[in-house]
Amino acid sequence: MAIELYRIDDRLIHGQVIVGWGQPMGLGFLILVDDEVARSEWEQELYRMGVPPDLDVVFASVADAAAKLDEWNRDRRPGILLTTDIDTMTRLIDAKSSIRAVNLGGIHHRAGRVERLRYLYLTADELRALRALERRGVEVTARDVPASRPVSLSTLMDGKGEEGAA
Amino acid sequence: MSDPVSIVLAHGELAAGLVSAVEQITGMGSRFVAMSNSGLSGAELEVRLRALVDQTAARVVFTDLPAGSCNIAAFRLLRDRDVIVVSGVNLPTLLHFVTHPNLSPEEAAAESVERGAPTLKVTLGTARGH
Repeated sequence: MAIELYRIDDRLIHGQVIVGWGQPMGLGFLILVDDEVARSEWEQELYRMGVPPDLDVVFASVADAAAKLDEWNRDRRPGILLTTDIDTMTRLIDAKSSIRAVNLGGIHHRAGRVERLRYLYLTADELRALRALERRGVEVTARDVPASRPVSLSTLMDGKGEEGAA
Repeated sequence: MSDPVSIVLAHGELAAGLVSAVEQITGMGSRFVAMSNSGLSGAELEVRLRALVDQTAARVVFTDLPAGSCNIAAFRLLRDRDVIVVSGVNLPTLLHFVTHPNLSPEEAAAESVERGAPTLKVTLGTARGH
């Protein structure tokens, strides 16, 4: 089964991931890739506290994730890999070009970002970074939960994202 | 009343709905402040919750989903605020809490969970097979 979803989500582990995606796919393991969280036992404990006991959670830096990605992809259980931002996912893809699809699950409002979907706000630089990923052959789609329709990057750039959402 | 209010933090409109139900049943809905995580990043949710705790002097934060962003934001406050987090809130839990103002926040939180958790149960009808 391996890692079935490479997701960018600034909430990292939360309800949509554990329940929205996790329940229908029978999630077996979760990889949280974040250099800061990987250095902090407190942060790791925080994220582990609410996770169901039968779900394995692994915390990794970008470098560690790149080194272990092939091993995780040999796991027979379905998994999700999470990063909190586009930059972290891009750095992981720089190191492991085998990642061919990225899910935009939640990037919320902050100064300088423009709304593309109700759960997706992007700066011009972030949009450029996503386009660069697509030029490298990585499929980029926005989809917060499995019940919603995936929205392509080109649709987001056309400003028609909400029309594409379920 | 001069006691601090408590916070109910949940997904969508759940918190507002629960507080509304407490008000309808007891007239004590004002003892809670409802907060939603809608549209907020994890970081922004923490900032707003922290501000609300400071503003209200709340001791107890009720959250809905144990693995949810609301619960994680509340857990983050355990490091530097004197708060108690009650996860997996339901209406009976809030009702017991709000109707026992004589208890300390710690006692009220623990007792409310003891009373609220068993109220979730399955009842099968007798018409099965007919």
